Amino acid sequence: MTNAVNENEKLVYEVKGLNLWYGNDQALKDVHLDIKKNEVTAIIGPSGCGKSTFIKTLNRMIENIPVVRTSGEILYHGENIFDKSIRVEELRTRVGMVFQKPNPFPKSIFENVVYGPKIHGIRDKKLLMEIAETSLRSAALWDEVKDRLNDNAYGLSGGQQQRLCIARCLAVQPDVILMDEPTSALDPIATYKIEELVDQLKAEYTISIVTHSMQQAARISDRTAFFLMGELIEFDTTETIFSNPRDQRTEDYITGRFG
Amino acid sequence: MEKDIRVRQIIQKNISEKSRFADRIMPVFFFLMASVSVLTTFGIVATLTTDAVKFFQAVPLREVFSTRLSPLSATPSFGILPLINGTIFTSLIAMVVAVPMGLAAAIYLSQFATEKMRKVLKPVMEVLAGIPTIVYGFFAYSFVTPLLMRLLPGLGAKNVISPGIVMGIMIIPLVASLSEDAMNAVPNIMREGALGLGSTKLEVALKVVIPAAISGIMSSIVLAISRAIGETMIVTIASGSSKNFSFDITQSMQTMTGYIVEFTSGDAASGTTGYYSLYAVGLLLFAFTLLMNQMAHHISRKYREEY
Repeated sequence: MTNAVNENEKLVYEVKGLNLWYGNDQALKDVHLDIKKNEVTAIIGPSGCGKSTFIKTLNRMIENIPVVRTSGEILYHGENIFDKSIRVEELRTRVGMVFQKPNPFPKSIFENVVYGPKIHGIRDKKLLMEIAETSLRSAALWDEVKDRLNDNAYGLSGGQQQRLCIARCLAVQPDVILMDEPTSALDPIATYKIEELVDQLKAEYTISIVTHSMQQAARISDRTAFFLMGELIEFDTTETIFSNPRDQRTEDYITGRFG
Repeated sequence: MEKDIRVRQIIQKNISEKSRFADRIMPVFFFLMASVSVLTTFGIVATLTTDAVKFFQAVPLREVFSTRLSPLSATPSFGILPLINGTIFTSLIAMVVAVPMGLAAAIYLSQFATEKMRKVLKPVMEVLAGIPTIVYGFFAYSFVTPLLMRLLPGLGAKNVISPGIVMGIMIIPLVASLSEDAMNAVPNIMREGALGLGSTKLEVALKVVIPAAISGIMSSIVLAISRAIGETMIVTIASGSSKNFSFDITQSMQTMTGYIVEFTSGDAASGTTGYYSLYAVGLLLFAFTLLMNQMAHHISRKYREEY
Protein backbone atom coordinates (compact mmCIF):
# COMPACT_ATOMS: atom_id res chain seq x y z
CA MET A 1 0.00 0.00 0.00
CA THR A 2 2.66 2.55 0.96
CA ASN A 3 5.28 3.67 -1.48
CA ALA A 4 8.88 3.93 -0.54
CA VAL A 5 9.85 7.43 0.43
CA ASN A 6 11.65 9.12 -2.38
CA GLU A 7 13.11 12.51 -1.59
CA ASN A 8 13.04 13.53 -5.24
CA GLU A 9 9.30 13.16 -5.57
CA LYS A 10 7.70 16.41 -6.47
CA LEU A 11 6.11 18.40 -3.70
CA VAL A 12 2.64 19.73 -4.39
CA TYR A 13 2.21 21.50 -1.08
CA GLU A 14 4.75 22.76 1.42
CA VAL A 15 3.08 24.07 4.55
CA LYS A 16 5.46 26.21 6.57
CA GLY A 17 4.70 27.47 10.05
CA LEU A 18 0.95 27.72 9.52
CA ASN A 19 -1.04 29.28 12.37
CA LEU A 20 -4.78 29.87 12.27
CA TRP A 21 -7.15 31.63 14.63
CA TYR A 22 -10.93 31.75 14.88
CA GLY A 23 -11.22 35.12 16.59
CA ASN A 24 -9.00 34.60 19.62
CA ASP A 25 -8.99 30.81 19.58
CA GLN A 26 -5.97 29.32 17.93
CA ALA A 27 -7.01 26.29 15.88
CA LEU A 28 -3.72 25.49 14.14
CA LYS A 29 -0.32 25.91 15.74
CA ASP A 30 2.87 26.14 13.71
CA VAL A 31 2.05 23.34 11.28
CA HIS A 32 4.79 22.12 8.94
CA LEU A 33 3.81 19.49 6.42
CA ASP A 34 4.60 18.51 2.82
CA ILE A 35 2.18 16.84 0.44
CA LYS A 36 3.69 14.82 -2.38
CA LYS A 37 2.39 14.36 -5.89
CA ASN A 38 0.19 11.34 -6.58
CA GLU A 39 0.04 10.30 -2.98
CA VAL A 40 -2.88 9.99 -0.64
CA THR A 41 -2.26 11.93 2.55
CA ALA A 42 -4.62 11.12 5.40
CA ILE A 43 -5.31 13.60 8.18
CA ILE A 44 -6.45 11.99 11.41
CA GLY A 45 -7.14 13.13 14.93
CA PRO A 46 -9.96 13.50 17.44
CA SER A 47 -12.86 15.92 16.90
CA GLY A 48 -11.82 19.54 17.22
CA CYS A 49 -8.14 18.83 16.58
CA GLY A 50 -8.05 21.13 13.56
CA LYS A 51 -7.93 18.52 10.82
CA SER A 52 -10.90 19.91 8.88
CA THR A 53 -9.65 23.44 9.44
CA PHE A 54 -6.30 22.40 8.05
CA ILE A 55 -7.64 20.84 4.87
CA LYS A 56 -9.95 23.78 4.25
CA THR A 57 -6.98 26.10 4.49
CA LEU A 58 -5.31 24.35 1.55
CA ASN A 59 -7.86 25.83 -0.90
CA ARG A 60 -8.64 28.84 1.31
CA MET A 61 -12.24 27.72 1.84
CA ILE A 62 -11.69 28.55 5.49
CA GLU A 63 -11.77 32.24 4.58
CA ASN A 64 -15.54 32.05 4.16
CA ILE A 65 -15.64 32.30 7.93
CA PRO A 66 -15.16 36.02 8.54
CA VAL A 67 -13.30 35.82 11.85
CA VAL A 68 -10.46 33.64 10.55
CA ARG A 69 -6.86 34.91 10.58
CA THR A 70 -3.80 33.04 9.42
CA SER A 71 -0.05 33.41 9.50
CA GLY A 72 2.71 31.37 7.92
CA GLU A 73 3.01 30.07 4.40
CA ILE A 74 1.40 27.43 2.25
CA LEU A 75 3.37 26.89 -0.92
CA TYR A 76 1.45 25.27 -3.73
CA HIS A 77 3.91 24.28 -6.45
CA GLY A 78 6.26 26.81 -4.91
CA GLU A 79 3.79 29.71 -4.77
CA ASN A 80 2.37 31.03 -1.53
CA ILE A 81 -1.41 30.68 -1.76
CA PHE A 82 -1.87 33.64 0.58
CA ASP A 83 0.01 35.87 -1.84
CA LYS A 84 -1.99 38.82 -3.17
CA SER A 85 -1.31 37.78 -6.76
CA ILE A 86 -3.14 34.47 -6.26
CA ARG A 87 -6.74 34.41 -7.47
CA VAL A 88 -8.60 32.26 -5.03
CA GLU A 89 -11.10 31.10 -7.69
CA GLU A 90 -8.25 29.81 -9.83
CA LEU A 91 -6.66 28.05 -6.89
CA ARG A 92 -9.96 26.25 -6.24
CA THR A 93 -10.21 24.99 -9.79
CA ARG A 94 -6.74 23.46 -9.32
CA VAL A 95 -7.50 22.20 -5.84
CA GLY A 96 -10.94 20.61 -5.78
CA MET A 97 -12.89 19.69 -2.69
CA VAL A 98 -15.30 16.95 -1.69
CA PHE A 99 -17.33 17.61 1.41
CA GLN A 100 -18.55 15.71 4.42
CA LYS A 101 -22.15 15.58 3.26
CA PRO A 102 -22.84 15.04 -0.42
CA ASN A 103 -23.82 18.47 -1.75
CA PRO A 104 -25.00 18.21 -5.34
CA PHE A 105 -26.86 21.21 -6.75
CA PRO A 106 -30.62 20.84 -7.22
CA LYS A 107 -30.09 20.39 -10.94
CA SER A 108 -29.81 17.42 -13.28
CA ILE A 109 -26.93 14.96 -13.01
CA PHE A 110 -25.47 16.35 -16.22
CA GLU A 111 -25.77 19.98 -15.11
CA ASN A 112 -24.05 19.13 -11.85
CA VAL A 113 -21.00 17.66 -13.57
CA VAL A 114 -20.63 20.47 -16.10
CA TYR A 115 -21.32 23.27 -13.61
CA GLY A 116 -17.61 24.04 -13.15
CA PRO A 117 -16.63 23.93 -16.84
CA LYS A 118 -19.68 26.07 -17.66
CA ILE A 119 -19.00 28.87 -15.21
CA HIS A 120 -15.41 28.90 -16.42
CA GLY A 121 -16.57 29.62 -19.93
CA ILE A 122 -16.91 26.29 -21.75
CA ARG A 123 -20.01 26.50 -23.96
CA ASP A 124 -19.43 23.86 -26.63
CA LYS A 125 -22.16 21.25 -26.05
CA LYS A 126 -20.11 18.41 -27.48
CA LEU A 127 -17.15 19.21 -25.29
CA LEU A 128 -19.41 19.49 -22.22
CA MET A 129 -20.88 16.08 -22.99
CA GLU A 130 -17.39 14.63 -23.31
CA ILE A 131 -16.36 16.20 -20.01
CA ALA A 132 -19.47 14.80 -18.32
CA GLU A 133 -18.80 11.30 -19.58
CA THR A 134 -15.09 11.25 -18.74
CA SER A 135 -15.66 12.71 -15.29
CA LEU A 136 -18.50 10.33 -14.48
CA ARG A 137 -16.42 7.39 -15.71
CA SER A 138 -13.46 8.47 -13.57
CA ALA A 139 -15.81 8.72 -10.59
CA ALA A 140 -17.09 5.17 -11.32
CA LEU A 141 -20.63 6.47 -11.76
CA TRP A 142 -21.13 6.51 -15.52
CA ASP A 143 -22.67 3.06 -15.86
CA GLU A 144 -25.19 3.79 -13.13
CA VAL A 145 -26.38 7.13 -14.50
CA LYS A 146 -25.71 7.17 -18.24
CA ASP A 147 -29.39 6.60 -19.06
CA ARG A 148 -30.71 9.29 -16.77
CA LEU A 149 -28.31 12.19 -17.06
CA ASN A 150 -31.22 14.63 -17.10
CA ASP A 151 -32.76 13.36 -13.88
CA ASN A 152 -32.44 15.42 -10.73
CA ALA A 153 -29.28 14.60 -8.78
CA TYR A 154 -31.29 14.27 -5.59
CA GLY A 155 -32.84 11.09 -6.93
CA LEU A 156 -29.48 9.34 -6.46
CA SER A 157 -28.48 7.45 -3.33
CA GLY A 158 -26.12 9.10 -0.84
CA GLY A 159 -23.12 7.16 -2.12
CA GLN A 160 -23.96 7.97 -5.73
CA GLN A 161 -24.40 11.63 -4.81
CA GLN A 162 -20.96 11.67 -3.26
CA ARG A 163 -19.43 10.10 -6.37
CA LEU A 164 -21.31 12.70 -8.41
CA CYS A 165 -19.66 15.38 -6.30
CA ILE A 166 -16.31 13.76 -7.03
CA ALA A 167 -17.15 13.75 -10.75
CA ARG A 168 -18.17 17.41 -10.51
CA CYS A 169 -14.82 18.15 -8.92
CA LEU A 170 -12.91 16.18 -11.59
CA ALA A 171 -14.70 18.04 -14.39
CA VAL A 172 -12.56 21.15 -13.95
CA GLN A 173 -9.39 19.05 -14.28
CA PRO A 174 -7.94 19.70 -10.86
CA ASP A 175 -4.51 18.71 -9.71
CA VAL A 176 -5.33 18.08 -6.06
CA ILE A 177 -8.50 16.71 -4.49
CA LEU A 178 -9.22 17.56 -0.88
CA MET A 179 -11.71 15.28 0.85
CA ASP A 180 -13.23 16.30 4.16
CA GLU A 181 -14.54 13.10 5.75
CA PRO A 182 -16.15 12.10 2.44
CA THR A 183 -17.63 8.86 3.74
CA SER A 184 -18.88 9.93 7.16
CA ALA A 185 -22.51 10.13 5.92
CA LEU A 186 -22.35 6.89 3.92
CA ASP A 187 -23.03 3.22 4.59
CA PRO A 188 -20.18 0.65 4.48
CA ILE A 189 -20.77 -0.41 0.88
CA ALA A 190 -20.85 3.16 -0.40
CA THR A 191 -17.79 3.85 1.73
CA TYR A 192 -15.98 0.92 0.17
CA LYS A 193 -16.72 2.24 -3.31
CA ILE A 194 -15.36 5.67 -2.47
CA GLU A 195 -12.22 4.15 -0.98
CA GLU A 196 -11.71 2.06 -4.08
CA LEU A 197 -12.17 5.19 -6.15
CA VAL A 198 -9.57 7.10 -4.15
CA ASP A 199 -7.12 4.31 -4.84
CA GLN A 200 -7.74 4.60 -8.59
CA LEU A 201 -7.68 8.38 -8.64
CA LYS A 202 -4.28 8.77 -7.05
CA ALA A 203 -2.59 7.70 -10.28
CA GLU A 204 -3.61 11.04 -11.73
CA TYR A 205 -4.38 13.25 -8.77
CA THR A 206 -2.86 14.17 -5.45
CA ILE A 207 -5.33 13.50 -2.70
CA SER A 208 -5.61 14.65 0.87
CA ILE A 209 -8.34 13.12 2.98
CA VAL A 210 -9.58 13.93 6.46
CA THR A 211 -11.02 10.89 8.16
CA HIS A 212 -12.40 9.85 11.50
CA SER A 213 -11.77 6.24 10.71
CA MET A 214 -8.31 4.99 11.42
CA GLN A 215 -8.99 1.86 9.40
CA GLN A 216 -9.81 4.06 6.45
CA ALA A 217 -6.58 6.00 6.83
CA ALA A 218 -4.64 2.74 7.09
CA ARG A 219 -6.38 1.24 4.06
CA ILE A 220 -6.11 4.06 1.57
CA SER A 221 -3.34 6.48 2.46
CA ASP A 222 0.36 6.58 1.77
CA ARG A 223 1.12 9.08 4.49
CA THR A 224 -0.73 9.99 7.62
CA ALA A 225 -0.68 13.17 9.66
CA PHE A 226 -1.91 13.03 13.24
CA PHE A 227 -3.30 16.27 14.65
CA LEU A 228 -4.08 16.98 18.28
CA MET A 229 -5.41 20.27 19.62
CA GLY A 230 -4.23 22.19 16.60
CA GLU A 231 -0.76 20.74 16.55
CA LEU A 232 0.67 18.33 14.04
CA ILE A 233 1.96 15.65 16.39
CA GLU A 234 3.37 13.21 13.90
CA PHE A 235 3.57 12.92 10.13
CA ASP A 236 5.06 9.89 8.45
CA THR A 237 4.32 7.06 6.10
CA THR A 238 1.06 5.40 7.02
CA GLU A 239 2.93 2.18 7.69
CA THR A 240 5.15 3.83 10.27
CA ILE A 241 2.31 5.71 11.94
CA PHE A 242 0.27 2.57 12.40
CA SER A 243 3.03 0.11 13.21
CA ASN A 244 5.73 2.10 14.88
CA PRO A 245 4.67 5.62 15.90
CA ARG A 246 7.34 7.75 17.51
CA ASP A 247 5.04 9.79 19.72
CA GLN A 248 3.21 8.28 22.66
CA ARG A 249 0.10 10.40 21.89
CA THR A 250 -0.08 9.00 18.37
CA GLU A 251 0.10 5.51 19.73
CA ASP A 252 -2.60 6.24 22.29
CA TYR A 253 -4.88 7.57 19.59
CA ILE A 254 -4.43 4.82 17.02
CA THR A 255 -4.81 2.13 19.61
CA GLY A 256 -8.05 3.73 20.73
CA ARG A 257 -6.99 4.88 24.16
CA PHE A 258 -8.57 8.29 23.56
CA GLY A 259 -10.34 10.31 20.92
CA MET B 1 -28.05 7.02 46.01
CA GLU B 2 -31.33 7.04 47.90
CA LYS B 3 -34.45 7.88 45.89
CA ASP B 4 -36.17 11.07 46.99
CA ILE B 5 -39.70 9.93 47.75
CA ARG B 6 -41.05 13.49 48.10
CA VAL B 7 -40.61 14.39 44.41
CA ARG B 8 -42.54 11.34 43.35
CA GLN B 9 -45.32 12.18 45.80
CA ILE B 10 -45.70 15.75 44.54
CA ILE B 11 -45.80 14.62 40.92
CA GLN B 12 -48.35 11.94 41.73
CA LYS B 13 -50.58 14.36 43.59
CA ASN B 14 -50.50 17.05 40.93
CA ILE B 15 -51.06 14.66 38.04
CA SER B 16 -54.17 13.20 39.60
CA GLU B 17 -55.56 16.65 40.36
CA LYS B 18 -54.81 18.15 36.95
CA SER B 19 -57.96 19.26 35.24
CA ARG B 20 -59.04 17.22 32.27
CA PHE B 21 -61.51 19.98 31.45
CA ALA B 22 -58.98 22.36 29.90
CA ASP B 23 -57.64 19.60 27.71
CA ARG B 24 -61.08 19.01 26.28
CA ILE B 25 -62.38 22.57 26.01
CA MET B 26 -59.31 24.37 24.71
CA PRO B 27 -59.11 22.60 21.32
CA VAL B 28 -62.75 23.59 20.72
CA PHE B 29 -61.89 27.19 21.56
CA PHE B 30 -58.90 27.15 19.23
CA PHE B 31 -61.05 25.68 16.48
CA LEU B 32 -63.61 28.48 16.87
CA MET B 33 -60.88 31.10 16.68
CA ALA B 34 -59.54 29.50 13.52
CA SER B 35 -63.03 29.40 12.04
CA VAL B 36 -63.50 33.16 12.35
CA SER B 37 -61.34 33.98 9.35
CA VAL B 38 -62.79 31.16 7.30
CA LEU B 39 -66.36 32.24 8.09
CA THR B 40 -65.52 35.86 7.37
CA THR B 41 -64.27 34.87 3.94
CA PHE B 42 -67.50 33.00 3.25
CA GLY B 43 -69.48 35.96 4.51
CA ILE B 44 -67.68 38.39 2.25
CA VAL B 45 -68.06 36.17 -0.79
CA ALA B 46 -71.77 35.70 -0.06
CA THR B 47 -72.43 39.44 0.34
CA LEU B 48 -70.43 40.34 -2.73
CA THR B 49 -72.11 37.69 -4.84
CA THR B 50 -75.72 38.46 -3.89
CA ASP B 51 -75.41 42.15 -4.64
CA ALA B 52 -73.18 41.60 -7.66
CA VAL B 53 -75.88 39.35 -9.10
CA LYS B 54 -78.33 42.27 -8.89
CA PHE B 55 -75.86 44.35 -10.86
CA PHE B 56 -75.47 41.72 -13.57
CA GLN B 57 -79.27 41.42 -13.82
CA ALA B 58 -79.56 45.15 -14.47
CA VAL B 59 -76.58 45.57 -16.82
CA PRO B 60 -76.03 43.49 -19.93
CA LEU B 61 -72.65 41.73 -20.19
CA ARG B 62 -71.91 43.57 -23.43
CA GLU B 63 -72.00 46.82 -21.51
CA VAL B 64 -69.91 45.42 -18.66
CA PHE B 65 -67.09 44.55 -21.01
CA SER B 66 -67.21 47.88 -22.81
CA THR B 67 -64.78 50.76 -22.47
CA ARG B 68 -67.33 53.37 -21.41
CA LEU B 69 -67.60 53.93 -17.69
CA SER B 70 -69.87 56.74 -16.69
CA PRO B 71 -72.08 55.71 -13.79
CA LEU B 72 -73.53 59.11 -12.97
CA SER B 73 -74.40 60.49 -16.37
CA ALA B 74 -77.95 60.79 -17.67
CA THR B 75 -77.34 57.68 -19.78
CA PRO B 76 -75.20 55.67 -17.35
CA SER B 77 -72.80 53.04 -18.63
CA PHE B 78 -70.88 50.51 -16.58
CA GLY B 79 -67.91 49.36 -18.66
CA ILE B 80 -65.29 47.72 -16.43
CA LEU B 81 -62.38 47.90 -18.87
CA PRO B 82 -61.17 51.40 -17.88
CA LEU B 83 -60.81 50.18 -14.28
CA ILE B 84 -59.03 46.98 -15.26
CA ASN B 85 -56.78 49.06 -17.45
CA GLY B 86 -55.95 51.44 -14.61
CA THR B 87 -55.31 48.58 -12.22
CA ILE B 88 -53.04 46.74 -14.63
CA PHE B 89 -50.96 49.82 -15.47
CA THR B 90 -50.40 50.94 -11.89
CA SER B 91 -49.54 47.37 -10.85
CA LEU B 92 -47.25 46.88 -13.81
CA ILE B 93 -45.26 50.01 -13.01
CA ALA B 94 -45.11 48.95 -9.37
CA MET B 95 -43.69 45.57 -10.41
CA VAL B 96 -41.11 47.15 -12.70
CA VAL B 97 -39.85 49.02 -9.64
CA ALA B 98 -40.33 46.41 -6.92
CA VAL B 99 -39.09 43.20 -8.54
CA PRO B 100 -35.58 44.23 -9.62
CA MET B 101 -34.96 46.34 -6.54
CA GLY B 102 -36.43 43.81 -4.14
CA LEU B 103 -34.43 40.97 -5.68
CA ALA B 104 -31.22 42.97 -5.68
CA ALA B 105 -31.76 43.82 -2.03
CA ALA B 106 -32.45 40.16 -1.23
CA ILE B 107 -29.28 39.02 -3.01
CA TYR B 108 -27.25 41.62 -1.19
CA LEU B 109 -28.70 40.72 2.20
CA SER B 110 -28.41 36.98 1.86
CA GLN B 111 -25.16 36.66 -0.10
CA PHE B 112 -22.97 39.67 0.50
CA ALA B 113 -23.96 41.63 3.59
CA THR B 114 -21.96 41.04 6.73
CA GLU B 115 -23.88 40.02 9.82
CA LYS B 116 -23.57 43.58 11.17
CA MET B 117 -24.86 45.14 7.97
CA ARG B 118 -27.81 42.78 7.81
CA LYS B 119 -28.75 43.56 11.39
CA VAL B 120 -28.99 47.24 10.50
CA LEU B 121 -30.55 46.97 7.06
CA LYS B 122 -33.32 44.47 7.61
CA PRO B 123 -35.19 46.36 10.33
CA VAL B 124 -34.81 49.63 8.42
CA MET B 125 -36.29 47.99 5.35
CA GLU B 126 -39.12 46.58 7.37
CA VAL B 127 -39.97 50.10 8.54
CA LEU B 128 -40.82 50.81 4.89
CA ALA B 129 -43.42 48.08 5.09
CA GLY B 130 -44.90 49.59 8.23
CA ILE B 131 -45.61 53.06 6.85
CA PRO B 132 -49.37 53.61 6.41
CA THR B 133 -50.34 53.61 2.75
CA ILE B 134 -52.05 56.98 3.05
CA VAL B 135 -48.63 58.45 3.79
CA TYR B 136 -47.27 56.82 0.64
CA GLY B 137 -50.21 58.24 -1.29
CA PHE B 138 -49.56 61.72 0.00
CA PHE B 139 -45.87 61.30 -0.76
CA ALA B 140 -46.67 60.26 -4.33
CA TYR B 141 -49.04 63.18 -4.89
CA SER B 142 -47.12 65.98 -3.22
CA PHE B 143 -43.52 64.95 -3.76
CA VAL B 144 -42.99 62.38 -6.51
CA THR B 145 -45.48 63.84 -8.98
CA PRO B 146 -44.01 67.39 -8.86
CA LEU B 147 -40.52 65.86 -9.16
CA LEU B 148 -41.55 63.85 -12.22
CA MET B 149 -43.22 66.88 -13.75
CA ARG B 150 -39.80 68.46 -14.15
CA LEU B 151 -38.66 65.47 -16.18
CA LEU B 152 -41.90 64.90 -18.07
CA PRO B 153 -43.46 68.26 -18.86
CA GLY B 154 -46.78 66.81 -20.05
CA LEU B 155 -47.40 64.91 -16.84
CA GLY B 156 -50.82 65.39 -15.26
CA ALA B 157 -51.23 66.33 -11.61
CA LYS B 158 -52.95 62.98 -11.29
CA ASN B 159 -51.21 60.29 -13.28
CA VAL B 160 -50.32 56.60 -13.27
CA ILE B 161 -46.52 56.75 -13.19
CA SER B 162 -46.10 58.39 -9.81
CA PRO B 163 -48.40 56.14 -7.75
CA GLY B 164 -47.02 53.16 -9.67
CA ILE B 165 -43.47 53.99 -8.64
CA VAL B 166 -44.40 54.73 -5.05
CA MET B 167 -46.43 51.54 -4.80
CA GLY B 168 -43.37 49.70 -6.12
CA ILE B 169 -41.23 51.24 -3.39
CA MET B 170 -43.79 50.22 -0.81
CA ILE B 171 -43.67 46.62 -2.07
CA ILE B 172 -39.85 46.32 -2.16
CA PRO B 173 -39.63 45.04 1.43
CA LEU B 174 -42.19 42.34 0.69
CA VAL B 175 -40.25 41.02 -2.31
CA ALA B 176 -36.89 41.47 -0.59
CA SER B 177 -37.88 39.86 2.66
CA LEU B 178 -39.66 36.81 1.20
CA SER B 179 -36.97 36.29 -1.44
CA GLU B 180 -34.24 36.61 1.16
CA ASP B 181 -35.96 33.98 3.27
CA ALA B 182 -36.04 31.67 0.27
CA MET B 183 -32.36 32.27 -0.45
CA ASN B 184 -31.35 31.78 3.16
CA ALA B 185 -33.15 28.44 3.16
CA VAL B 186 -30.67 27.15 0.56
CA PRO B 187 -28.25 25.00 2.56
CA ASN B 188 -24.79 26.41 3.07
CA ILE B 189 -23.09 23.23 1.89
CA MET B 190 -24.47 23.99 -1.57
CA ARG B 191 -22.74 27.37 -1.56
CA GLU B 192 -19.55 25.72 -0.38
CA GLY B 193 -19.79 23.19 -3.20
CA ALA B 194 -19.99 26.00 -5.75
CA LEU B 195 -17.21 28.02 -4.12
CA GLY B 196 -15.06 24.89 -4.06
CA LEU B 197 -15.31 24.71 -7.84
CA GLY B 198 -13.89 28.19 -8.18
CA SER B 199 -17.14 30.15 -8.42
CA THR B 200 -17.08 33.77 -7.38
CA LYS B 201 -19.63 34.90 -4.80
CA LEU B 202 -21.68 36.49 -7.56
CA GLU B 203 -21.72 33.25 -9.55
CA VAL B 204 -22.80 31.34 -6.46
CA ALA B 205 -25.68 33.78 -6.01
CA LEU B 206 -26.84 33.80 -9.61
CA LYS B 207 -26.16 30.22 -10.71
CA VAL B 208 -26.79 28.21 -7.55
CA VAL B 209 -28.69 30.10 -4.88
CA ILE B 210 -31.32 31.81 -7.05
CA PRO B 211 -32.17 28.68 -9.07
CA ALA B 212 -32.46 26.72 -5.83
CA ALA B 213 -34.67 29.41 -4.30
CA ILE B 214 -36.71 30.17 -7.42
CA SER B 215 -40.00 28.85 -6.11
CA GLY B 216 -39.91 31.15 -3.10
CA ILE B 217 -38.81 34.06 -5.23
CA MET B 218 -41.58 33.53 -7.78
CA SER B 219 -44.25 33.28 -5.15
CA SER B 220 -42.96 36.46 -3.49
CA ILE B 221 -43.42 38.21 -6.84
CA VAL B 222 -46.93 36.91 -7.31
CA LEU B 223 -47.86 37.99 -3.79
CA ALA B 224 -46.42 41.39 -4.61
CA ILE B 225 -48.65 41.63 -7.70
CA SER B 226 -51.63 40.72 -5.60
CA ARG B 227 -50.66 43.42 -3.12
CA ALA B 228 -50.38 45.98 -5.91
CA ILE B 229 -53.77 45.09 -7.35
CA GLY B 230 -55.42 45.42 -3.97
CA GLU B 231 -53.60 48.63 -2.98
CA THR B 232 -56.04 51.50 -2.59
CA MET B 233 -54.90 54.66 -0.87
CA ILE B 234 -51.90 55.47 -3.05
CA VAL B 235 -53.81 55.15 -6.31
CA THR B 236 -56.88 56.93 -5.00
CA ILE B 237 -54.84 59.96 -4.01
CA ALA B 238 -52.27 60.13 -6.76
CA SER B 239 -53.83 58.59 -9.83
CA GLY B 240 -57.21 60.24 -9.61
CA SER B 241 -60.55 59.19 -10.95
CA SER B 242 -60.53 59.57 -14.70
CA LYS B 243 -62.76 56.92 -16.21
CA ASN B 244 -61.44 57.26 -19.72
CA PHE B 245 -60.17 54.15 -21.38
CA SER B 246 -56.65 55.10 -22.50
CA PHE B 247 -53.10 53.87 -22.44
CA ASP B 248 -51.57 57.22 -21.57
CA ILE B 249 -49.78 56.65 -18.28
CA THR B 250 -48.92 60.31 -17.90
CA GLN B 251 -52.58 61.02 -17.21
CA SER B 252 -55.09 60.02 -14.58
CA MET B 253 -56.65 56.55 -14.56
CA GLN B 254 -58.96 55.00 -12.02
CA THR B 255 -58.27 51.58 -10.55
CA MET B 256 -60.87 49.12 -9.32
CA THR B 257 -60.04 49.99 -5.73
CA GLY B 258 -60.15 53.69 -6.49
CA TYR B 259 -63.63 53.29 -7.97
CA ILE B 260 -64.90 51.63 -4.83
CA VAL B 261 -63.48 54.41 -2.68
CA GLU B 262 -65.06 57.10 -4.81
CA PHE B 263 -68.49 55.53 -4.71
CA THR B 264 -68.56 54.45 -1.12
CA SER B 265 -67.71 57.99 -0.06
CA GLY B 266 -71.14 59.16 -0.90
CA ASP B 267 -72.21 59.35 -4.49
CA ALA B 268 -74.15 56.16 -4.95
CA ALA B 269 -77.58 55.91 -3.38
CA SER B 270 -78.39 52.51 -1.97
CA GLY B 271 -80.35 50.30 -4.36
CA THR B 272 -79.22 51.98 -7.56
CA THR B 273 -77.27 50.21 -10.27
CA GLY B 274 -74.27 52.36 -9.41
CA TYR B 275 -74.47 51.06 -5.86
CA TYR B 276 -74.57 47.44 -7.00
CA SER B 277 -71.69 48.04 -9.37
CA LEU B 278 -69.48 48.44 -6.30
CA TYR B 279 -70.16 44.84 -5.41
CA ALA B 280 -69.40 43.66 -8.91
CA VAL B 281 -66.05 45.46 -8.85
CA GLY B 282 -65.38 44.15 -5.38
CA LEU B 283 -66.09 40.62 -6.49
CA LEU B 284 -63.79 41.00 -9.47
CA LEU B 285 -61.05 42.37 -7.27
CA PHE B 286 -61.49 39.49 -4.91
CA ALA B 287 -61.30 37.03 -7.81
CA PHE B 288 -58.11 38.69 -9.07
CA THR B 289 -56.27 38.49 -5.78
CA LEU B 290 -57.54 35.00 -5.09
CA LEU B 291 -56.25 33.92 -8.48
CA MET B 292 -52.86 35.48 -7.74
CA ASN B 293 -52.58 33.81 -4.37
CA GLN B 294 -53.51 30.47 -5.88
CA MET B 295 -50.90 31.05 -8.54
CA ALA B 296 -48.26 31.78 -5.90
CA HIS B 297 -49.19 28.56 -4.18
CA HIS B 298 -49.08 26.60 -7.40
CA ILE B 299 -45.74 28.08 -8.46
CA SER B 300 -44.09 27.38 -5.17
CA ARG B 301 -45.14 23.75 -5.47
CA LYS B 302 -44.33 23.30 -9.12
CA TYR B 303 -40.89 24.90 -9.13
CA ARG B 304 -39.75 23.58 -5.81
CA GLU B 305 -36.29 22.17 -6.34
CA GLU B 306 -35.83 19.21 -4.09
CA TYR B 307 -32.74 19.27 -1.95
